Amino acid sequence: MCSLALVVLIFILTIGNALAQEEVLPPDSTAVVEEAAYAQPVLNLQAEDKPNDAGGAVRVSWDVSTDDDGDGGIIGYTIYRGTAAAGPYEVVGQVPSGKSDFDDGNTADSLTYYYKVIAMNDALFSAGVTEVEMALATTAGPVQSSEQWFDFRRINVFAGTLLLSFLIIFMISRAKAGKKLFIRKIAGMEAVDEAVGRATEMGKKIFYVPGINDMDNVQTIASMTILGRVAELAGQYDTWLEVPVCRSLVMVTAKEVVKEAYTKVGRPDSFQENQVHYLTDDQFGYAAAIDGMVVREKPATIFYMGAFFAESLILAETGNATGAIQIAGTAMPSQLPFFVASCDYTLIGEELFAASAYLSREPKLLGSLKGQDMGKAIILVSMVVGIILETFGIWEFSQLFSVIE
Amino acid sequence: MRREIPLLITAIAGVVFVVQYFIPHSPFNHLDGWFSDWFSIVQACAIVLGSLNLLMISSQKIARKKEGWGYAVVIIVSFFLITIIGFAGGEEFRDVGTGFDWLYNYTYVPLSSTMYAILAFFVASASYRAFRARNAEATLLLLAAFFVMLGRVPIGDLLTMWMPEGFRMSNLATWIMDFPQTAGQRAIMIGIALGLVSTSLRVILGIERSHLGGE
Repeated sequence: MCSLALVVLIFILTIGNALAQEEVLPPDSTAVVEEAAYAQPVLNLQAEDKPNDAGGAVRVSWDVSTDDDGDGGIIGYTIYRGTAAAGPYEVVGQVPSGKSDFDDGNTADSLTYYYKVIAMNDALFSAGVTEVEMALATTAGPVQSSEQWFDFRRINVFAGTLLLSFLIIFMISRAKAGKKLFIRKIAGMEAVDEAVGRATEMGKKIFYVPGINDMDNVQTIASMTILGRVAELAGQYDTWLEVPVCRSLVMVTAKEVVKEAYTKVGRPDSFQENQVHYLTDDQFGYAAAIDGMVVREKPATIFYMGAFFAESLILAETGNATGAIQIAGTAMPSQLPFFVASCDYTLIGEELFAASAYLSREPKLLGSLKGQDMGKAIILVSMVVGIILETFGIWEFSQLFSVIE
Repeated sequence: MRREIPLLITAIAGVVFVVQYFIPHSPFNHLDGWFSDWFSIVQACAIVLGSLNLLMISSQKIARKKEGWGYAVVIIVSFFLITIIGFAGGEEFRDVGTGFDWLYNYTYVPLSSTMYAILAFFVASASYRAFRARNAEATLLLLAAFFVMLGRVPIGDLLTMWMPEGFRMSNLATWIMDFPQTAGQRAIMIGIALGLVSTSLRVILGIERSHLGGE
């Protein structure tokens, strides 16, 4: 009886020992993992809160498996995540071979996470990752995701914005102190008086088209500034100014601008509500409506100031065909050639934004233009330096200007 | 107060939009979305103003029998027709086969396409004027246009296939577009970007206030 019990005990101990050995066997043991399924593990596994983000993401990085040498031994890596070091773990992503990081963008900021990464070859992919392999894999963590207070990838943009703002404010203060500033002539702006005068002499209307974008576009804001000046002249000369718009908010703003301009020149009674009117929000519907009005009413002068898209040429060519004097201004680079080809004068890009300073000659506004010019000078010098350095194979300087979207 | 409050709102909104670009932390990371939502809401409410204005101006034209008053009739009839058919369609008014869908596909889409198609003819007339060799700059423009246009069609390469690879018409066109054209466009875009920053700063600081209806 005792000997039987001893045999059973030995048998149990032997089996138990064998099982225990199974758990600590090295990964290359054929007793545990099929040789074909085994892949060298990743090294130096790390998990950290993803930097420069709004939380909810953890970055996992590792050194690729020594089997990942480009000959197809490793087909990719599977990333596992758990909320405890002992598991359980769930798959959160897969990346192809050669890649050594993964952003888990689906984490809760209040939880702690642990990560494991398994290098996968064809056999392992087919057989599936066993619990033993999971237990043997290195664990990274604990890690928590969190929101950041500053996106350091954008520090160059931040520095540039501060510098440009400083230059503009500095030049404004100089202008306010009485420093005389030279502003070159802008032909399109010089022609505004002439264009309004022409309409007055001919006894015809002036059309002012403020583009097809809403008041959230800086070009439309700049356009409203020029409209103010045109409306003042039209009020002075008692010439009919018509402003067909394609956004309701632009209509409300334009009405206010024209009304104020008429009041300023002492002709508040000349302003009529229907001078500024809404047509449609639709791009080509708007173009068709204005084309119809231009062909029927043959205005003497047409202004196109603001953001324009494909309708620019349709509008400008129709105006050109009726013989109207046309002045355009836009900051849409792709539409500029059309306006240049079809209009008498075109404010190119930044000239549209400079118009308010140019027209008012107010020192504060002129100062901001000078600050802008200084910014341009810095960019020009940087470009020349960058070209020289790049020519000699020094890339670091140009990388200072790279912007992360 | 009539000026100060809009200026204050503009300044706050402007600063918020600048700050949220650099700070990913909440609530800053949500401000862009919140402000955009509010803008859409205000915009949607303002549509009513626009529609009423359109109807009022058109009605006045008809009542006073102004030149082109017939077009005003078309506007009013179309306005009410599409509105009534849209509302009659209920919540599924945009589904395939509804009256609204029919009007959209068989009136609005062809009319829009027609307007867009007119561009082809306007491009031709504008090009004719722009490419007349009146001076050195215009001649340069004409030559560049000649190479680019010919390089974009198969006959360009057919005519120059005897030349070395780099001098074939399609390659010349690509070179013009990639280098002189891109350089010129970037110069304009740098100016535009600086102008945008400068104008935005003026608006945020309240120096530029003419868009509010006065100096």
